[in-house]
Amino acid sequence: MNVQADLKYTKDHEWIRLEGKQGTIGITDHAQEELGDIVYVELPAVGQQIQKSKSLGVVESVKAVSEILAPVNGKVVEVNSALNGKPEQINQDPYGKAWMVKMEVANPSDLDDLMNVEDYKKYVQEEKA
Amino acid sequence: MPELTPSLTSFKERVHPMSKPEEKTKEKKVGPGRSGLQLEEPLLFEQSQKGRRADSLPKLDVEAQPIERWIPSAYLRQEIEGFPELSEPQVIRHFTRMSQWNYGIDLGAYPLGSCTMKYNPRLNEEIARLAGFAHLHPLVPETLAQGALQLMWELEGFLSEITGMEAVSLQPSAGAQGELTGLKIIRRYHEQKGNPRKKVIVPDSAHGTNPASCALAGYEVMEEFIGKKGILEAKTVAERMNEEVAAVMLTNPNTLGLFEKEILEISEIVHRKGGLVYCDGANLNAMLGVCKPGKMGVDVIQLNLHKTFSTPHGGGGPGSGPVAVKKGLEPFLPIPRIVKKGTGFALNFDRPQSIGRVRSFFGNFGMMVRAYAYIRTLGCEGLAQVGPLAVLNANYIRERLRPYYHLPYDHEPCMHECVFTDKNQETYGITTLDIAKRLLDYGFHPPTIYFPLVVSGALMIEPTETESPESVEEFVQAMIAIAKEAETNPQLLKDAPHRTKVRRLDEVKAARELKLRWQST
Repeated sequence: MNVQADLKYTKDHEWIRLEGKQGTIGITDHAQEELGDIVYVELPAVGQQIQKSKSLGVVESVKAVSEILAPVNGKVVEVNSALNGKPEQINQDPYGKAWMVKMEVANPSDLDDLMNVEDYKKYVQEEKA
Repeated sequence: MPELTPSLTSFKERVHPMSKPEEKTKEKKVGPGRSGLQLEEPLLFEQSQKGRRADSLPKLDVEAQPIERWIPSAYLRQEIEGFPELSEPQVIRHFTRMSQWNYGIDLGAYPLGSCTMKYNPRLNEEIARLAGFAHLHPLVPETLAQGALQLMWELEGFLSEITGMEAVSLQPSAGAQGELTGLKIIRRYHEQKGNPRKKVIVPDSAHGTNPASCALAGYEVMEEFIGKKGILEAKTVAERMNEEVAAVMLTNPNTLGLFEKEILEISEIVHRKGGLVYCDGANLNAMLGVCKPGKMGVDVIQLNLHKTFSTPHGGGGPGSGPVAVKKGLEPFLPIPRIVKKGTGFALNFDRPQSIGRVRSFFGNFGMMVRAYAYIRTLGCEGLAQVGPLAVLNANYIRERLRPYYHLPYDHEPCMHECVFTDKNQETYGITTLDIAKRLLDYGFHPPTIYFPLVVSGALMIEPTETESPESVEEFVQAMIAIAKEAETNPQLLKDAPHRTKVRRLDEVKAARELKLRWQST
């Protein structure tokens, strides 16, 4: 399982990278591995206000359809529409090219409630057991 | 009244194999699957020859008239591109060859979890084909449809008795529409009390259609997590239940094949806060003749006649999803209602509180005839054996395969289905998909895979009561052979299926590059 030290993680296997007030969001390497080959992505509208744990969009794999949940409250400022034609990028580069949504984060301090890389690694191990 | 929680202790002794049959996979062929000649069959479009006909009509003995006179030109096409032209034998061979590629319950076991793929008795078909039923036009006046109305009225009564509910509408087309109808009834109930409420609690062990039905009925879904024992816990519901919650919607037995034991306590908690309890009845087969949802505090339940009551589905169909409710909800049922009038039956449309129609005419009537025939054929004694035998078959498989496949919830016997995972096969690089594909080679339809979502790599097996002990054991032998192959020759599984007409499909490519209709090139 690939993880990155500079990210914060949710229990639903999303990651967020904070730069200033802007948070970039995607799903983790573990999530893409569990889902299998991703065949379809649905992303939110730019400008939409989204609350923590509400749906930011949908990823569909050959196995299942899953919602992407917002890690924090905020407003959608940009979506990665390149994924619409190339959903396989989520399998190939989940932390890089396959970012999904950029949000203007309402309270950057909300990220303190999320897991750091060590906690996330432990969490995935526990979930597997 | 039977016990609320089916007693499984009496099965326990029986599910342990009395003597372990020898697993001579090398000498003996396992499963009905063999190789054989299969005939290629191109699309009808590709076989077309201009001017070829399957009929020859007699010479016209009246004056020819332009078609525009009868059909408005807006509905007329000048030409249908690539319209196939074939002879009768070509058409017959086409469909017969394709039918030979098919797999259905008439060919062998179909252990698709949570789908209750039981055998469809031929008697049902005979009855449904009686001219009075089969040729009845839905627009005939009720005086000319008394037999059909009586059958529907009686079927409603049987379903009420079986579920312990007080009123039934047969109208919904299938399970998911039954769910939507039930939720609309719940909404109407709350509206009449002045507040439709906002949310429905759905545990993650419920059927996948449940959250979708809630959303369609305008409710927000509160997904709740099941506890360690694989069931929804009353304390979880107590924490989340409030006056904003319209209902709790659970599936019993749930998708792990476990009985929701805390349902009585849960329904008390929900009722105390003014909410209602919806039970998805898709898994009713496990409880048939043993216990009644109506006695568990359930207010609304939909039944899947195409599962529990042996009407065809899975490419056959159509389905039929009657809704059963408690007395207080009866005024909200869809119109028309069938009522007794004198010595006959009539349709009542004058029901101002009804949610209205959910389906044209009366629903899938042919399925009602089959379900009625099934219930009458088995009778009380027969129906009461269905649930226990279905549970016994599932537990037999569960115990026989336990040494070979990982059982995520193994603290108690299962109900009508058992859920394994691919965890034991992980070290050989074998996944649930590989196991399912290899099962095709042995001549079985694979079980439900990767569902429920709460179990990673799930294999959900539901044999139903209609499989004989020999056929269940044959399936078990195939699963054991596959577990051994996973250790000794994993590549065999990776490349499976080998004996089918087409080999492993590129499901990813198929999903990413959808081709939904034929187009001339």
